[in-house]
Amino acid sequence: MFVTSAYAQETAPAAAEGDTHAGTAVPAAEHEAFPPFDAKTFPSQILWLVITFGLFYLFLKRVVMPRLGSIIDVRNDRITQDLDHAARLKGEADAAVAAYEQELAEAKANANKIGQQANDAAKAQAEDTRKKLEAELEKKLGEAEASIASIKAKAMKEVGTIAEDTTSAIVEALVGGKADKAEIAAAVKSASR
Amino acid sequence: MAAADKVDPIHQFQIHPIIPLHIGGYDVSFTNSSLFMVVTIVLASAFLYMSTASRALIPGRLQSVSEMAYEFVGNMLRDAAGKQGMQFFPLVFSLFMFVLVANLIGLFPYFFTVTSHIIVTFTLAILVIGTVIVYGFAKHGFGFLKLFVPHGVPGYLLPLVVAIEIISFVSRPVSLSVRLFANMLAGHITLKVFSGFVVSLSAFGALGMAGSVLPLAMAVALSALELLVAFLQAYVFAVLTCMYLNDALHPSH
Repeated sequence: MFVTSAYAQETAPAAAEGDTHAGTAVPAAEHEAFPPFDAKTFPSQILWLVITFGLFYLFLKRVVMPRLGSIIDVRNDRITQDLDHAARLKGEADAAVAAYEQELAEAKANANKIGQQANDAAKAQAEDTRKKLEAELEKKLGEAEASIASIKAKAMKEVGTIAEDTTSAIVEALVGGKADKAEIAAAVKSASR
Repeated sequence: MAAADKVDPIHQFQIHPIIPLHIGGYDVSFTNSSLFMVVTIVLASAFLYMSTASRALIPGRLQSVSEMAYEFVGNMLRDAAGKQGMQFFPLVFSLFMFVLVANLIGLFPYFFTVTSHIIVTFTLAILVIGTVIVYGFAKHGFGFLKLFVPHGVPGYLLPLVVAIEIISFVSRPVSLSVRLFANMLAGHITLKVFSGFVVSLSAFGALGMAGSVLPLAMAVALSALELLVAFLQAYVFAVLTCMYLNDALHPSH
């Protein structure tokens, strides 16, 4: 009940405000409390605060915050996804570089091996040829030596007959008549000894 | 509105009914305060709703503001109360946005400042402390009372410390509400007084008008300060809410 009378009090100075301000301002301050401490207005303020803040809370909780949260989550997901994608691409690029380098190294090693092999083969062949030639030369040398030896032996054998012939001729010329062949041979043999 | 009304710095805090309403003997009229509460939530909701309507991957300016507010409060709560505290995110975010927008709207001339009334800030503070108490007892039972018994205090000091802890806990809703209320009230009174000086001095002719430049400059500087205070008090309110909620989550500190 006192509430309605309070309004009567409140509205009265409000209506009177138009003309005599200096007059109404002071009494108004006297019978009206300092507005923030005026307990008459508390129920209305509490009720409307509860209603408005309650609605605001529900609206934010149900509509605004899920939306903001999803916007930020979607963005974060997208960023993570993009970063992952970038990391994957970088990994692929790194792998490609590594593979290329490995292939290059392999090719180099291969080339080296082929070169080495060719080198070795050439060396081996040269050695082979040299050995073959040496062996051939050795054989020829042996053969030549053998033929020399046989020729020498033959010559040596012939030297005896020549000496016998010469001796017989000498004897024939000196002595006259034919000398005994066997004797001459013995003599030559003893002389050539 | 006449000049004399403007000079009265208290006039701006007066509450008058727009739609008179009485329920159960209580006066619950829809007043100018109620109107600005509605304006506050409609403006804040509309901004948050419309700025995020496109759900752009690359946010525009307005969406950035909404996201910044969201992440600002979210980080504040996570830092103060940990991951568990995130269940109170809607509450803290609503409180922050409500107080911030109410403070900012109050800066417009002829607009009513909802948060310049102690009962409003006190109701919000009671909401916070009520949440802390209800959640604290629901989660920890009587373990919640460990809040008043800090670790590592020698036995003979314990009664004194517990008494101090209880007093500090009880004074929290008071300090929380008075801080916001007093800042808004004092700021608006100061602004009004200096603006009033401009009007009063101008009434004294040319010399007075020249002299009124000083209070005008002061009023401009104060407006900038009040803008800062409007944001800062919303921030402080939200930070303290986070810290009190942390107590509800982890009473043994």
